[in-house]
Amino acid sequence: MQAKVYVTLKKGVHDPQGEAVRHTLAAMGHKDVAGVRVGKYIEVALSDKTHEEAEATMKEICEKLLANTVIESYRYEIS
Amino acid sequence: MKFGIIVFPGSNCDHDCLHVVTKVMGQEGFFLWHKEKDLRGADCLILPGGFSYGDYLRSGAMAACSPIMDSVKSFAAGGGLVAGICNGFQILQEARLLPGALMRNQTLKFICKDIYMRVERTDTPFTGACRPGEILKVPIAHMDGNFFTDKKQIERLNEQRQILFRYCDEGGRVDADANPNGSMEAVAGLINEKGNVCGMMPHPERCSESLLRNRDGIKIFESIVNWAARKGA
Repeated sequence: MQAKVYVTLKKGVHDPQGEAVRHTLAAMGHKDVAGVRVGKYIEVALSDKTHEEAEATMKEICEKLLANTVIESYRYEIS
Repeated sequence: MKFGIIVFPGSNCDHDCLHVVTKVMGQEGFFLWHKEKDLRGADCLILPGGFSYGDYLRSGAMAACSPIMDSVKSFAAGGGLVAGICNGFQILQEARLLPGALMRNQTLKFICKDIYMRVERTDTPFTGACRPGEILKVPIAHMDGNFFTDKKQIERLNEQRQILFRYCDEGGRVDADANPNGSMEAVAGLINEKGNVCGMMPHPERCSESLLRNRDGIKIFESIVNWAARKGA
């Protein structure tokens, strides 16, 4: 099984990287880009047997390492 | 007293810290590799600066899950003194021993320069040798030092007087111009509620000798040693 994890800054947390990308896009002529938020995409290969096991594993590793829940939120897809 | 300096893969201020505690302060000091569990009777632990695990994922994230961190947490829970400098501060936050997070600097640049910080409290093991409101000149060298937390937490930190150092100008004024990285409330250093765990972005170990033309940093180490002496360590 594989999990695809998306880690993004929580709403309300200022993202200077996203702002810098937005500025550059505006300078390139993309005036229609209203906002950019930069996040992380992580692929995790799992040897868990069932979907439930994989869910439990993913929740734990996201909470404990992959995301810092003080500033970030996460979601994942298991397939 | 005995200082245990924790070495993670990528720590690079470990030798500077050991030099200051042993050669300048004349105390006992040793390294503790991050895979160890035994703190070898240390009275104070220092998590030094550097780039543990290459800052991969988030600064300090992987180091916070190192085997030694369970021992550090027990040591802190028992009232032991723990100081994190720069990457060490980031690790202590990732380990939830200190609140909030240190995000990318507002300028998106690595900043390496002398700053001024105001000592907000002197009733702690880390600042007892300072005068109230004393302004220390200490270098910073970091990419992720922009302190962030939610509004409720900031109020709590202020109520509990947990902001130990604030970035300021030479005269002690705290404003946006004197804040190098965009830190909320100009936080340069924090202390936990119990008062035995502290973290700071500036590097006192880099300015603790007259040879380096700045001895402001030694006050942090003197504070720790004085505190321990009073406690009989």
